[in-house]
Amino acid sequence: MPYRFAIGDRVRVKALYPPGHVRTPVYIRGKQGVITAQHGHFPNPEQLAYGRDGLPPIPLYGVTFDLAEVLGRPAGRDRLTLDIYEHWLEPA
Amino acid sequence: MSDSHAHSHQQAQAPGPAIGDLLAPPIDWSDHPLTYYEKRIIAIGNLLREKGILTVDEIRRATEELEARTPALGARVVARAWVDPAYKARLLANAKAAVEELGIPTDTINHLVVPENTDKVHHVVVCTLCSCYPRQLLGEPPDWYKSDAYKIRIIQDPRSVLRERGVHLAEDVEVRVLDSTADVRYLVLPRRPPGTEGWSEEQLATLVTRDAMIGVAEALSPTSR
Repeated sequence: MPYRFAIGDRVRVKALYPPGHVRTPVYIRGKQGVITAQHGHFPNPEQLAYGRDGLPPIPLYGVTFDLAEVLGRPAGRDRLTLDIYEHWLEPA
Repeated sequence: MSDSHAHSHQQAQAPGPAIGDLLAPPIDWSDHPLTYYEKRIIAIGNLLREKGILTVDEIRRATEELEARTPALGARVVARAWVDPAYKARLLANAKAAVEELGIPTDTINHLVVPENTDKVHHVVVCTLCSCYPRQLLGEPPDWYKSDAYKIRIIQDPRSVLRERGVHLAEDVEVRVLDSTADVRYLVLPRRPPGTEGWSEEQLATLVTRDAMIGVAEALSPTSR
């Protein structure tokens, strides 16, 4: 099944604030990172939460961020990886 | 009008029959003043039992199954990876398949990733949204893993949390915080302690703690046992 983003692509998490169940934490929205994993395709949890089947499955990525970028202050070389669904990502 | 002071005092002191039979708490709930949500869970559980949707036996068996899983399962995986480089390579490439090779079921885990700690990177896992955790390999998570304090501090200042737990890392080691926000579950592969050359898998497994597989501790050293 296809992926829009390849490992190594720079992406930004969309700064959207929709109502309802989402799996993209607020603290990471608007932040830039790099794709470090393609985890597969899974039913959309935003649909599953409301009793729907969440199909077709959507791509899930490991996205890695510099912790300093996320916090807005120095954090050495430490980094943070979140698992984000494709529709929350756009090219940076 | 009723004495409202006596009423609220009675509520705080005596969860149970004083607020109606539906809210009579089971034996494992009654040692502290109940919160609103605890009362709601108890009422729903009592209703499900009364209406015959769930039996006491079904609930007990499900609880026992949850409690039967322990970190010893994850420790077996780590010990095997330490002694067998080919197994470790399979584990890093396709963790679910490698774990199932050992006869450990992973059917409730959608996707498993085993990140390897090295002299260059130290991984630590959190679920800031809820309590995602590789339960089929580690059992239930500890209360601190589900606390706001951990979720906030491990993102804001991971090294301070690690130091508190006895993990001191050099500046040139990257701390990689993994926030399991979706279908992936993480089991950290801690570094093999020095001084364990020639140890059997069974002996090595005794050095692998739950906290080491979360990433807030190193594996035990031979001298600390």
